Amino acid sequence: MYYPAIAVTLYLFWLVLSGHFSGFFLLLGAISSLLVLFCLRRMDRVDRSPGFVPPAPGLFAYGAWLLWSVVRSNIDVARRIWDPSLPIDPQWRPLKVALTKPFGRALYANSITLTPGTLTTDVHPGHFNIHCLSEAAMEELEEGEMERRIRRLGR
Amino acid sequence: MTPLVVELVSDLFFIAGGFLCVTGGVGLLRFPDFFTRIHASGVTETLAAPLLLGGVMCRTGWSLDTAKLLLVIIFLLATNPTAAHAMARAALQGGLKPWLGAAGEEGNGEQGNGEQGNGEQGRRDAGEGEGSSSLR
Repeated sequence: MYYPAIAVTLYLFWLVLSGHFSGFFLLLGAISSLLVLFCLRRMDRVDRSPGFVPPAPGLFAYGAWLLWSVVRSNIDVARRIWDPSLPIDPQWRPLKVALTKPFGRALYANSITLTPGTLTTDVHPGHFNIHCLSEAAMEELEEGEMERRIRRLGR
Repeated sequence: MTPLVVELVSDLFFIAGGFLCVTGGVGLLRFPDFFTRIHASGVTETLAAPLLLGGVMCRTGWSLDTAKLLLVIIFLLATNPTAAHAMARAALQGGLKPWLGAAGEEGNGEQGNGEQGNGEQGRRDAGEGEGSSSLR
């Protein structure tokens, strides 16, 4: 399932980017998809990490929630920027992380960094070091809703 | 060509996106140190740029370009954390310490600062001892 799924994804990607549907271009797309697949197979002999994450409904739901929290924290940071008294109180401290699977941990660290106001600086086995613009943002992370949502994905 | 409502929505996106771009720039100038400035630039990258691209999407109508713009937004959102994390890590490796508020400086001046610095150093060393900076 692994290679066919990647081949289909690559070919769809080519179609979207090219926008030409004549036979010649469809053939070129197929050739380049296969070329990439060939390179990928060779590289998989060295690195057998799980490189392909099949899209699941839960992931899209999480993405929607993440976008919403990105918007919220953007508004918060924008307010702090324009406030004449500059109400920031930077924090830099560890955050306990119970996630163990590589994908979930990577997703969590990147989600934290994606939301403005929080930034993952280091990743360690039991904790991430987080730099925060305000105490409130840090407390929201420690409350742990984001981690619960990722755990519910089962990754 | 495009309906009036869609045009108004895209105007709204452009205005909001433009305002947030300026906000990011102002934050970059107002914030005190490197790490807080990364947060300010995050406003431009994570909301302003997608809003502007969303405004363009409204104007193109339903075509392949819409899908391409959507892909641009996705790549933008996927690469932003990578770049921000890489910058923050490089700064830390280079010995730059985050500025942690005026409280530490005003309190006991040098002494307070020193203690804080040592604490961070100790914790970081313990972290390094666990022996990993990778995502495993």
